[in-house]
Amino acid sequence: MRIQCPFCGERDLSEFAYLGDASFTRPDPEGAEAQARFFDAVYLRDNPAGPFEELWYHGSGCRSWLRVRRNTRTHEILGVEFAKSDSRPAGAS
Amino acid sequence: MSASANPAAQPNRLAAPGLVDRTRVLSFHFDGRNYTGFCGDTLASALLGAGVKLVGRSFKYHRPRGILGAGSEEPNALVELRSGARREANTRATVAELFDGLEARSQNRWPSLEFDLGAINSLLSPIFVAGFYYKTFMWPAAFWEKLYEPVIRRAAGLGKATHAADPDEYEKAHAFCDVLIVGAGPAGLAAALAAGRCGARVVLCDEDFVLGGRLNGDRHEIDDKSGPDWVKTVEAELRSLPEVRIMPRTTVFGAYDDGLTGTRTFGALERVCDHLAVPLPHQPRQRLWKIMARRVVLTAGAVERPIVFGGNDRPGVMLASAVRTYVNRFGVAPGRRIAVFTSGDDGWKTAFDLDAAGVAVEAVIDARSDVSPALLERARRLQSRIFTAAQVVDARGSRGLDRIVIRDGEGRIERLSVDALAVSGGWNPSVALSTHVGGRAQWAPSISAFIPGDLPRGMSVAGAAGGSFALGDALREGAAAGAAAAAAAGFNAEPPRWRTAAESVGITPLWNVAESKSKAFVDFQHDVTREDIALAAREGFRSVELLKRYTTLGMATDQGKISNLNGHAIMAALTERSIPDVGTTTSRPPYTPVAIGAFAGHHRGKDFKPTRLTAGHRWAREHSDVFVEAGQWLRAQWFAEPGESGWLATVTREVKAVRAGVGVCDVSTLGKIDIQGADAPALLDRVYINLFSTLSVGRVRYGLMLREDGFVMDDGTTAHLAPHHYVMSTTTANAAKVMQHLEHARQVLWPDLDVHMVSVTEQWAQYAIAGPASRRLLERLLGDAIDISNSAFPYLACAQFSWRGIPARLFRISFSGEMAYELAVPARYGDAAIRAIMEAGRDFGVVPYGTEALGVMRIEKGHVAGNELNGTTNAADLGLGRMLSKKKDCIGRVLAARPGLTDPDRPALVGVKPVDASARLYAGAHFLDPGADATLDNDQGFITSVAFSPMLGTWIGLGLLARGPQRHGEKIRAHSPVRGGDVEVEVVSPLFFDPEGTRLHG
Repeated sequence: MRIQCPFCGERDLSEFAYLGDASFTRPDPEGAEAQARFFDAVYLRDNPAGPFEELWYHGSGCRSWLRVRRNTRTHEILGVEFAKSDSRPAGAS
Repeated sequence: MSASANPAAQPNRLAAPGLVDRTRVLSFHFDGRNYTGFCGDTLASALLGAGVKLVGRSFKYHRPRGILGAGSEEPNALVELRSGARREANTRATVAELFDGLEARSQNRWPSLEFDLGAINSLLSPIFVAGFYYKTFMWPAAFWEKLYEPVIRRAAGLGKATHAADPDEYEKAHAFCDVLIVGAGPAGLAAALAAGRCGARVVLCDEDFVLGGRLNGDRHEIDDKSGPDWVKTVEAELRSLPEVRIMPRTTVFGAYDDGLTGTRTFGALERVCDHLAVPLPHQPRQRLWKIMARRVVLTAGAVERPIVFGGNDRPGVMLASAVRTYVNRFGVAPGRRIAVFTSGDDGWKTAFDLDAAGVAVEAVIDARSDVSPALLERARRLQSRIFTAAQVVDARGSRGLDRIVIRDGEGRIERLSVDALAVSGGWNPSVALSTHVGGRAQWAPSISAFIPGDLPRGMSVAGAAGGSFALGDALREGAAAGAAAAAAAGFNAEPPRWRTAAESVGITPLWNVAESKSKAFVDFQHDVTREDIALAAREGFRSVELLKRYTTLGMATDQGKISNLNGHAIMAALTERSIPDVGTTTSRPPYTPVAIGAFAGHHRGKDFKPTRLTAGHRWAREHSDVFVEAGQWLRAQWFAEPGESGWLATVTREVKAVRAGVGVCDVSTLGKIDIQGADAPALLDRVYINLFSTLSVGRVRYGLMLREDGFVMDDGTTAHLAPHHYVMSTTTANAAKVMQHLEHARQVLWPDLDVHMVSVTEQWAQYAIAGPASRRLLERLLGDAIDISNSAFPYLACAQFSWRGIPARLFRISFSGEMAYELAVPARYGDAAIRAIMEAGRDFGVVPYGTEALGVMRIEKGHVAGNELNGTTNAADLGLGRMLSKKKDCIGRVLAARPGLTDPDRPALVGVKPVDASARLYAGAHFLDPGADATLDNDQGFITSVAFSPMLGTWIGLGLLARGPQRHGEKIRAHSPVRGGDVEVEVVSPLFFDPEGTRLHG
């Protein structure tokens, strides 16, 4: 598998570390039911078959965290962007 | 190499040499006897040339077996190749290239191949039927390990591996190309030319050592050239094209994932020196390739399938295409009186080729009644008996075939004396690579075989691999696929054209000769018979996946290349389903076996992972030869002095010297992360449980980091060097993980923070200087560079300054509990710095100390380390719960408050010491109440770290004990059955030495 790092170009899988679901957003620690929300976010992850947005870390490259859209059935990489982008929804603390 | 060949030694050689070089004679040994063959032979062709038919015994029944095929699909002719440390079991003789001095042994026979006692298993065959493992040896359970398994393993099995270390090198390489072509038969060569001529980067792989595929084994003409001559012309042109790389002896064994640009990764194994007795100097034995290809053309050809009939495993029964290969390519007759049994036009080719080579064809038996008149007309010239609508119902002969029993179209039985039988049951396209990434093969009724179904992105298929068995079709499809692949990669390609003769490839499948009474084999390598398939059907194991596991059909080293479809077709007939309804099993990489050594490459032994050395390593080597691996780093474990009785004496001396005077330890391996930016304090507050935004410039603070689930991830100190500038230290083991964690926090969780970080672990050499005399040593060392008086530079101070013209950093932090400093200099000065420290400390009796003394002192002080930061402990468990700031949030804070993590009964950090001061403690010992049985229910926790404390004169330990902090003074047991210990211990504070910490402040 090869991942198109927006900074380094297409690189081999072995340069990257996997984290998981990119939709993870840290709940408001002061909000209502914070503990339940954190529990949900940390433990109760989806593992869909098919296209999935996930976080990869280019640890042996530019050290960028990447948002990778991957088909978990075929490992086809459908899109890659920096996780740190200005397009993040406002309010994500 | 002997000077000349003795023709008598190779009785089965034909007049025409084929592609072997008869001027180059090679000698080899098989089962201790000497033989000769020629350059260009395989072990199989040389054995056949020398008249050797019996090459092995079968897996379960020890039946005599000969050579069935001529390629990598061979199920029978498995031998042990080479000897000593290079001995390799289960090598297929059909692909082992002959070299001078080759040694091979048959497998699975005792005491000899001709006389094998295990053949008695044939008489016991009722107990070796499908599922025998599950049925026969059920009871008593203890007998399985002691009796059944050893006996079965001796009786049923394949070759023996060597126990010696492999003396050869294996390496890994990467290749990138526009078009990968898998298989260099006619379709592959055509594709390579089409793509190569227009400038595309082409990689052409073939598992054989010559290119050409069936063009070498069959007799064809292309543009008035013979097959091999055409191959030579094409190969010469391909070699002239700079962007084409030809890789013979290379098996593309797996297709893997693709990327955003559609580049797909393939695994390939190049047998660089397998055709030599010993690899060439500086060459690996094999090379594992990762090939990144934008497009791939699958031209892997097809594998002929045998027909299931009684005695079809007798030595001398051979695939019809293999017979042609031995005759045409190797100049060898597999027999002198040969019959052909076929269910399609292809078998007739064998009869014609044998006739052309001067070998008597006794009979052609075609199961079809509608054989084309053209074939029958041509066959009249053969002077052979022709049977149509007929079947071979039995093959006989004790060690090799001597006669066949034919049932003709009218049902008459006839016996025919033959010494070889060529069998053709049709062809199975080699679809494996098309299914490795999820594609499913689809049934093609016209050829009664599976062909690639939905192809993976970027893959096309041509020739026999796609079910097009005629040469003209293979060339045309190959050229078109090569041109299309190059065009898709951005090149302007024109498919070339060639002239070939018309060919008939009709087939009516015959899966099974039902009239046969004797044992009829489906899977030769695992001895799966037709009766095993029938038994599985009767007992309900009807799905192909269950059939496979119940009978082991297709589970041998050949992975059922020639057996699966026959087995599935018989199952379909037995259960009255169609073959596509029955389906087929999924093939997975690797296509042919790949040695584990090739996957490991150079990463074995001490090269398994990189070794990192600190800047002070050379100095350390001058004073110690005992180093311990800490992550990838090597650290001195202790520094023995002459005459010391052992490591405990050395470590005890080091600890006492530090506590009484001064010692120095290389701590460069700890992770160092430089953090800068206006929001650096905010980031630190969010990753540490304690407050860092209040840390003033020139101060250091110990911090603890949690994972988001509330458990401790790492600890360390962070120094505030200058406004907006911090340097964090991490444990040696977790340096990379903490870096990743911080980058995640900065880039993903809080991208709005103005902060950046970089790992500087390797940029700075750092030494701990500890002990009551440490300040005096440093004053002498640093001189006027910095004021380190206690008032100017108190405990937990830090500074960066210029020393002897280089930047230096000093931290007043302590892991030992003594007054201590850490001095950091740029790594290139690390060697000079340790020598200068030792020089400055000479008058104070400075000693170097290693990781053992470091560990002893931290245990004496109750400091937690990796043994306690084990992924299951939280801050409160470690006695650090009070560090958790209530003024801010941090990663892990919310979930650390979960009921399970705040349970007061959780095991928490304590110290323990033996009640009998002479008793030894062991890490891993479990805590039990006095008198309690050693059961899981009574488990109270365990010892995490132990040391012999030179200061207390006894063994001491740290441990995690249920409600531990409330149980100081209590006497319990530390139970370690594996080490034979059950020691009474007293629960104490983990602070064994200088509990008030007065020595720190000195």
